Amino acid sequence: MDDVRHLENDVTTQTPKITATGVQIYYADNHAIKDVNVEILDKTVTAFIGPSGCGKSTFLRAINRMNDTIDICRMEGTITLDGQDIYAPGVDPVQLRAKVGMVFQKPNPFPKSIYDNIAYGPRIHGLAASKAELDEIVEKSLRRGAIWDEVKDRLDQPGTGLSGGQQQRLCIARAVATAPEVLLMDEPCSALDPIATEQVEELITELRQNFAVIIVTHSMQQAARVSQKTAYFHLGNLVEYGETGKIFTNPEDPRTENYITGRIG
Amino acid sequence: MIAAMFLVVALIALAAWVWARAKAVSLAAGDPSSLHSRPAYHGLYAALWVMLIGWGVLIVLSVASASYTQNTLMNEIGQAAPETLRIERQLILSDARAIAAGTVASKSGPLREDIALRYGTLSQLSFWLVLIGTGAAALAAAAVTLRQITPEWRARNRTERILRYVLMAMAAIAVLTTLGIVLSLIFETLTFFSNIGWRVDKFLFGTTWSPLSGVHSGQMDPNKVGAVPLFAGTFLITLIAMIVAVPVGLFAAIYLSDFASARVRAIVKPMLELLAGIPTVVYGFFAAITVAPFIRNTGESFGLSIASESALAAGVVMGIMIIPFISSLSDDVINSVPQSLRDGSYGLGATKAETMRQVVLPAALPGIVSAILLGISRAVGETMIVVMAAGQGANLTANPLEAVTTVTVQIVALITGDTEASTAAGPAFTLGFTLFCVTLAMNVVALRIVRRYRELYD
Ligand SMILES: Nc1ncnc2c1ncn2[C@@H]1O[C@H](COP(=O)(O)OP(=O)(O)O)[C@@H](O)[C@H]1O
Ligand SMILES: [Mg+2]
Repeated sequence: MDDVRHLENDVTTQTPKITATGVQIYYADNHAIKDVNVEILDKTVTAFIGPSGCGKSTFLRAINRMNDTIDICRMEGTITLDGQDIYAPGVDPVQLRAKVGMVFQKPNPFPKSIYDNIAYGPRIHGLAASKAELDEIVEKSLRRGAIWDEVKDRLDQPGTGLSGGQQQRLCIARAVATAPEVLLMDEPCSALDPIATEQVEELITELRQNFAVIIVTHSMQQAARVSQKTAYFHLGNLVEYGETGKIFTNPEDPRTENYITGRIG
Repeated sequence: MIAAMFLVVALIALAAWVWARAKAVSLAAGDPSSLHSRPAYHGLYAALWVMLIGWGVLIVLSVASASYTQNTLMNEIGQAAPETLRIERQLILSDARAIAAGTVASKSGPLREDIALRYGTLSQLSFWLVLIGTGAAALAAAAVTLRQITPEWRARNRTERILRYVLMAMAAIAVLTTLGIVLSLIFETLTFFSNIGWRVDKFLFGTTWSPLSGVHSGQMDPNKVGAVPLFAGTFLITLIAMIVAVPVGLFAAIYLSDFASARVRAIVKPMLELLAGIPTVVYGFFAAITVAPFIRNTGESFGLSIASESALAAGVVMGIMIIPFISSLSDDVINSVPQSLRDGSYGLGATKAETMRQVVLPAALPGIVSAILLGISRAVGETMIVVMAAGQGANLTANPLEAVTTVTVQIVALITGDTEASTAAGPAFTLGFTLFCVTLAMNVVALRIVRRYRELYD
């Protein structure tokens, strides 16, 4: 109940954090994203759902310009963050990615200590002036990643030694450590067991206080549990976008309805 | 003769294959599923047995009859001319063979003529023995296997079992040969050490290398078998080679794996690997004819006196030889660092170079270390380049501009020198054994590192 009230406030009062206009994305000749227009709100969890291969990851990766690392990938249209075109010539994708953090499907901690995993981003971007400050950032990030209590006694041990769920929360903490404004999550729970999934979902709800969160998920229940807005993608098109409650109870497009009721998978 | 019989057995095997197959097909009578094994397996089973038995009998009979002929004739020569030495008798026998074959013998005489006649008879005999024995054995094998064919006959499983044993035998040959080589190395090394009165310390720590200087007196001088100059020379050249090869190879690998475009990579990588296919003898004369004079002339223009053969020239060229080795191994390990780690780093706003230095290289480090170790063991064992470009004198020096000698160069010098091989073999084998121990140790360490690293990511 509390959530819903929150949501109504957000949706009505907020200006969009990210605006995509006429976005087309191609992998060589494969037209993966077709004319997508969308406005993502701040302090909101937005879920991207849709069948496999419909372009959810592709569109997500366009938001922090991760597609730049793929040679054959080409984009048209504009995406703005707080009104600034992120594909403008002057924008450094490397700095953009510090503001738009990303969490991947498979937990990918670096083969370094837990501490160094978290400190990686802050060190690169010079966010800490002293060791004490860095310690503070690490602790704060691990707390926000809801993993502090489990690892506080073994910060010097390798992050790869944690369990899958812990690794994923470590990766979320790592993304949070660079103080991003937007957090992109590509199927963050698909490699996790139900308990770890629940922990990560709680964490997402927490994170929403501070960031705009976009989560790609294959689980309709998960989308319904954590998100306030949902976008349904189909064959590269954004078919329907709206309040999560409405999409799940009363979708407008028959394709959305088919997907939600399990007729497209 | 043996080659011909070899072919005959193969033909019988082919016939057995065709026949067994045909028999199986006719047994099936149009219903293939009534057979336990498909006809091809029945054919293969028969053919395998024919080949195993036929070739086995062929080899045994040929060896046995040849050695019987040899022994009998040697005895007969011994009886006819008891005063001859063994080596003379062998000469007589080989002359007799030449006479029997109608070619030119070194000498002729009544004894040789007699033996030639005997040789003719005996070899006639063994010819027929081998022919009939082998043929009979192969045919018998064919007959037995053909008789065994019934619809229930498990030819498939049995074929598999035979093939397994054949493979096992091949593996055993490989292992046993290696073992034999190592054992003979060890044995010769021990003999050498006993010849110098077990002064192993003199070999390992002595600084004068001139092992053959006292051999006329029939004695090896323990004071002149000090291998330290050779170890030092090997070490110096290896060091220079690695100073060249490691940075170039590693940076080439980094560039190729993460920075080069797909097109550049597709062209450059095979070219680098081509470098690995150049015979080392070519590198050797490149070092001796081009690089060494170049270094000397350059040095002279600075007023330095540089030997015409120098550790530097050999080391640099050896380094060039090892570059593709290090770059292609490092490229493999860098590539096997999962893309997800790179994505994670890029996703946090790291640049390519930061990602490479802080995430990819640390993750690939064990593999790179083992690539370097393998490169070193190549350098230590490399021969041609140093033979041509490093010099011969056993100088003990750390100056890369002087001629030095290496373990491998001295082995070559010992074996190709004038001294009788059996005498020179002692120190040569001992050096070889030392070299073997060093490279083996490095390869083992390198492989262990690689294995541990693989486990981490698979
Ligand atoms: N790195 C890539 N190279 C080429 N094609 C790709 C790449 N990644 C995705 N695609 C293609 O883009 C389309 C959308 O893929 P993706 O965004 O991964 O879908 P989703 O995440 O919704 O399952 C698919 O047709 C896929 O084959
Ligand atoms: Mg995806």
